[in-house]
Amino acid sequence: MTYSQAILGGDRLALARLLTQVENDVPESRTALIELFPHTGKAHLIGVTGAPGTGKSSLVNQLALYYRKTKEKRVAIIAVDPSSPFTGGAVLGDRVRMRDLSGDTGVFIRSMATRGSLGGLAQSTANMAQVFDAAGFDIVIIETVGAGQSEVDVARLAHTTLVVEAPGLGDDIQAIKAGILEIADILVINKSDRPGVENTEKALKSMLELAHPTERVFQHHGQSMRTAAPRQDSSSAPMWIPPIQRTVATEGKGIAELAESIALHVAYLTQSGGWGLRERARLEVELEALIREKLLNRFREDVPQKRYDEILEKVIQRNISPWEAVRMLIDK
Amino acid sequence: MTEKKIRVLVAKPGLDGHDRGAKVVARALRDAGMEVIYTGLRQTPEMIAEAALQEDVDVVGLSILSGAHMALTPRVMELLKANGQSHVKVFIGGIIPDEDLLRLKEMGVTGVFGPGASTEDIIRDVQMAVAG
Repeated sequence: MTYSQAILGGDRLALARLLTQVENDVPESRTALIELFPHTGKAHLIGVTGAPGTGKSSLVNQLALYYRKTKEKRVAIIAVDPSSPFTGGAVLGDRVRMRDLSGDTGVFIRSMATRGSLGGLAQSTANMAQVFDAAGFDIVIIETVGAGQSEVDVARLAHTTLVVEAPGLGDDIQAIKAGILEIADILVINKSDRPGVENTEKALKSMLELAHPTERVFQHHGQSMRTAAPRQDSSSAPMWIPPIQRTVATEGKGIAELAESIALHVAYLTQSGGWGLRERARLEVELEALIREKLLNRFREDVPQKRYDEILEKVIQRNISPWEAVRMLIDK
Repeated sequence: MTEKKIRVLVAKPGLDGHDRGAKVVARALRDAGMEVIYTGLRQTPEMIAEAALQEDVDVVGLSILSGAHMALTPRVMELLKANGQSHVKVFIGGIIPDEDLLRLKEMGVTGVFGPGASTEDIIRDVQMAVAG
């Protein structure tokens, strides 16, 4: 029996093995991914990102617990932690915060190191999420450290992206800087029992108002009806304004409300057609990445390494420019 | 293409709360280029075997300083086997009396490291065990 058949039959060891193959991108994994692809497209992918120490793992733990207990959904978690740029090793410690989930076969937690590969992280995470999707998990939570572009890309794979903040991490200038806050579908202020929570919320709110200037009117009740009505008529979907949710993950506070926000976002995506758009964008990115990889491999096969090295050397010597080099290598 | 990494689960079964050694080892293995999954304190053998399965690790390192190694280790070994993971190499670190060494080896434990073991030795033994 192949891995894909075993996985569709609910074999957890086969699932774990295939995840390793997918992460290592070995050729056999491609066969399995091809076989599993028709079974994908059902899971809700939730991205969770934010600065280190904001409590993402604890939040994911509580959220998964909530989905297990009240909704009986099967939950998969992909927890990404950074690899050392020097040794390539990693300590993956997200499981420490997820001990409440062990012993439940409806939950599958997989830790993953970033491995510093160029754009490879987003690709392998996407593939792993597809494997979980095909294996019948209703919800796939992808947790990343929101510190770099690749992590932002990973969070973007998701249908719903949570950006986790905590009080006392930065002033309102941090909040208006471009970056991970902009990708949020839901903003979470975790550790909200700490002092400074009002300031954090105020900073996030003002950031949202700057990001959605038309919605500033929206927040004033008297005028909101007028601005909302024509937009609905013209069949274009109303805008989603990221709600701000306060939580205390270690005590489980605010988790039900957060899950409610997530459910509202799913409803919004479904009604507005956003779900389809996100799926489309995700698969398009994936297709493009695969084409790029294939073309690069084909190029490597076509052009002898020696010729490549010679031309590279000429570029280094400033004899020819990189643009001319490309012409010589590809157009022959 | 990413290369194959050695994946290690470092776990603290039982009730003792001394995880300094486990963390030192985790860090040493990390610096040797391995991917180390740390589970935290007070894990049951069931939790450890489940984590080893989900993470598809090559090696499980158990840190035990409570003296309960003769009770905890066989249970972990049994569960790994029951899950189809008899290929996983198990190492133990902690306070292990000499007279237990042979019996632990008989249970299938690959190596035991006591106080004073060097991280170089641990890294080398883990690498060799995985290479087969």
